[in-house]
Amino acid sequence: MTAGGIGKHGIRVGKHFKHAIGALIAASGLFGGAVLANPQPGQMNLTPGVTTYSEIPYALSNDGAIVCVAIGILVFGAMFIAMYRFRKSRGAVPEKWSHNTKLEIVWTTIPVIILVCLAWLATDGLRKFSDTTGSQMTVKVTGYQWKWRYDYVDYLGKPLSHVGFMSKLDDRSNATRQLDSGLDPYAVKVGDENTYLLDVDHPLVVPVNTKIRFVITADDVIHSWFVPALGWKMDAIPGVVNAAWTNITVPGVYRGQCAELCGQDHGFMPIVVKAVSKEDFDKWLADQQKPAAPAPAATAAAPAQATAQLAPKQTSQG
Amino acid sequence: MAHAATHDEHHDEHHEHLNFFQRWVMSTNHKDIGTLYLVFSLLMFFIGGSFAMVIRAELFKPGLQLVQPYFFNEMTTMHALVMIFGAVMPAFVGLGNWMIPLMVGAPDMALPRMNNLSFWILPFAFALLLSTLFLPGGGPAGGWTMYPPLSLQSASTAYVVFAVHLMGISSIMGAINIIATILNMRAPGMDLLKMPVFVWSWLITAFLLIAVMPVLAGAVTMLLTDKYFNTHFFDAAGGGDPVLFQHVFWFFGHPEVYIMILPAFGIISEIIPTFARKPIFGYKAMVFAIASIAFLSFIVWAHHMFAVGLPLGAEIFFMYATMLIAVPTGVKVFNWVATMWGGSMTFETPMLFAVAFVILFTIGGFSGLMLALVPADFQYHDTYFVVAHFHYVLVTGAIFAIIAATYYWIPKWTGHMYSEFWGKMHFWNSVVWVNVLFFPQHFLGLAGMPRRIPDYNVAFANFNMISSIGGFLFGASQLIFVGVLIHCVWFSKKKATDRVWEGAKGLEWTVPSPAPHHTFSIAPVVHDEELAHGHVED
Repeated sequence: MTAGGIGKHGIRVGKHFKHAIGALIAASGLFGGAVLANPQPGQMNLTPGVTTYSEIPYALSNDGAIVCVAIGILVFGAMFIAMYRFRKSRGAVPEKWSHNTKLEIVWTTIPVIILVCLAWLATDGLRKFSDTTGSQMTVKVTGYQWKWRYDYVDYLGKPLSHVGFMSKLDDRSNATRQLDSGLDPYAVKVGDENTYLLDVDHPLVVPVNTKIRFVITADDVIHSWFVPALGWKMDAIPGVVNAAWTNITVPGVYRGQCAELCGQDHGFMPIVVKAVSKEDFDKWLADQQKPAAPAPAATAAAPAQATAQLAPKQTSQG
Repeated sequence: MAHAATHDEHHDEHHEHLNFFQRWVMSTNHKDIGTLYLVFSLLMFFIGGSFAMVIRAELFKPGLQLVQPYFFNEMTTMHALVMIFGAVMPAFVGLGNWMIPLMVGAPDMALPRMNNLSFWILPFAFALLLSTLFLPGGGPAGGWTMYPPLSLQSASTAYVVFAVHLMGISSIMGAINIIATILNMRAPGMDLLKMPVFVWSWLITAFLLIAVMPVLAGAVTMLLTDKYFNTHFFDAAGGGDPVLFQHVFWFFGHPEVYIMILPAFGIISEIIPTFARKPIFGYKAMVFAIASIAFLSFIVWAHHMFAVGLPLGAEIFFMYATMLIAVPTGVKVFNWVATMWGGSMTFETPMLFAVAFVILFTIGGFSGLMLALVPADFQYHDTYFVVAHFHYVLVTGAIFAIIAATYYWIPKWTGHMYSEFWGKMHFWNSVVWVNVLFFPQHFLGLAGMPRRIPDYNVAFANFNMISSIGGFLFGASQLIFVGVLIHCVWFSKKKATDRVWEGAKGLEWTVPSPAPHHTFSIAPVVHDEELAHGHVED
């Protein structure tokens, strides 16, 4: 069992397949391909996401679906033809054969070829995902029952201390989600967007166009940090530190949820990532670092609680 | 045939003197024990189903309306445990008990007293498990996978562990019995490669059971000692590793998945040739495919754990191994279609369920292939996409096969025909509503809805409501099944012939309907042309 997360020393396999991936993305009109990053009513496919990586799982998923639909049409088509043509009521007389070696070789070989193609694409995507080197920023994510903690470890090569906070379900969602609260989930909105169970008190603020390495762990039970727009999830496991990375290209607010059953409030520990421009992030970071200085003793004694109070007041940009 | 009947009737005499208790509780007869397993499994199907109704009712619309989140988690956990260990597995053991001796020409199971014990453990195991719902601390709520540390927070760990131990003992004894019967008690001339595919599928499944049930027992025992005896197998603070549990659990868990589908493959391989009136296509390939799938099931366990942070090399290995399973599974599906091709088909209820099985199980296989692609799995994992996937393979796969088998063999069991009209009503309702129930869950998962949550954002509302409506109606459709069964057992006037189905082949159709209490006390003569797969000469 590794404690180091997905291969820091990744096995290098094959070459890049940008063109192949590009072609697959072109095919992604399937299911309407909503470009919006957060879950939409009636959404029927993955989000293409907003990072330099997130189109890989999107394209791979579409590619897999297309292959499956194509095979399905052939196999089920043959089956329905058989069910129509070879009915006793149409006077069909059963034939006696029960072997056809050539046919069996063909339908064993063709799937193997298709699988090799899919495996090739998947391996390439996996290799990209596992490369956490060259990050410009590190964020430590810790799962608790039932909230997340974010600690900013370093940024642009400089270590950061005392920048960290707890992030839990926002009060309106929390009041609404109580059994028989009488409150309407449809009324929990930020602007035009319904944020019921997908909003937090303190979002994770990160800069765009920056390779961010996440080190992910948990304090009590296993959780899983999942934001669909980033294109992956990673389990947060006590005693294990997993690594993953992202590089968000589009500023915005991206919502996700805990994806590993972690107890009664598993459904109520959302994740919100707010991607802002580098300038705005610098301002926000400076704000965060200010109040840390006056109370070093308190932070040393009770880091969790003290840093929780350092939570963002109100970030400069909405 | 005729002389077999007279012989059997003679043996039936002294069974009429048994009272109810002696007949059912002290039974060592494979047919009675098979019936017990099947009735027990039907009961558990409805108990597990009622838990599913609670889940779908709570998820009908956003907001919590009916149950507290903790109780919701108890429902998801118990639904899985009851359906897997209480409904699907005992149903297959029941079918095996009833049919394997009849299909290989054996007078009974090899170890009849152990057979009785392996059944009668089950009611106690489930009494223990279900009783936790009424205890002060509540039932298990950490998911059927019982991942620590969460599962150790439950007050009912000990109950669940002991219940799982009992189920495991029952399964292992059942498996030993089936292997002993198949290897030792076949009629002369019933060579291994002349056995029906259903018997082959059970032989291989039984080996899987013996291999992995002790592994599950080990895993849950470690949970027990971690909780009560201060060990730290899975406790990081004590030097243990929570991920170790997942490796051990899924080393059991993946073969377990195939334990629930291989006998289904066997059933479908019996039904399709019967109603296509044509021998099964590629008999040896079918047997070999089942064996390959069983072998592969031991080297793919970590595909349930792609998101735990495996090293890259492990992710790649488990991805490739998982994708390989598509090849023998594809062979099976192609062979079923090829069996139909050139046949002379009729579509009685068992055939309808078998055809639906082939299509819908294959859809579950497709989503399985997509899940094997690791970068895509990082999106799908632990979302409703996975829920849709495994319900396609387990409900429209395993359970449809069990229902198909029931319609197929119940005339042999009871001596009466079931109502074809109501059987078809059951089929069409089931097949429509099960898709309304599970297909939208693919979309929910792709949109990012995690599994095992009691409440959700309004973006997920429309598909959840559709899914719930499908769920209620699918559940209600199963009441038709009960009606058909009751009618067939007690009220049907239509006598079944010995062969029952025009195209039916195999030894089980050479005994009278209903099958007498004792069959094949004198070993039958096996004629190759009487076997469902015809002459095997490839």
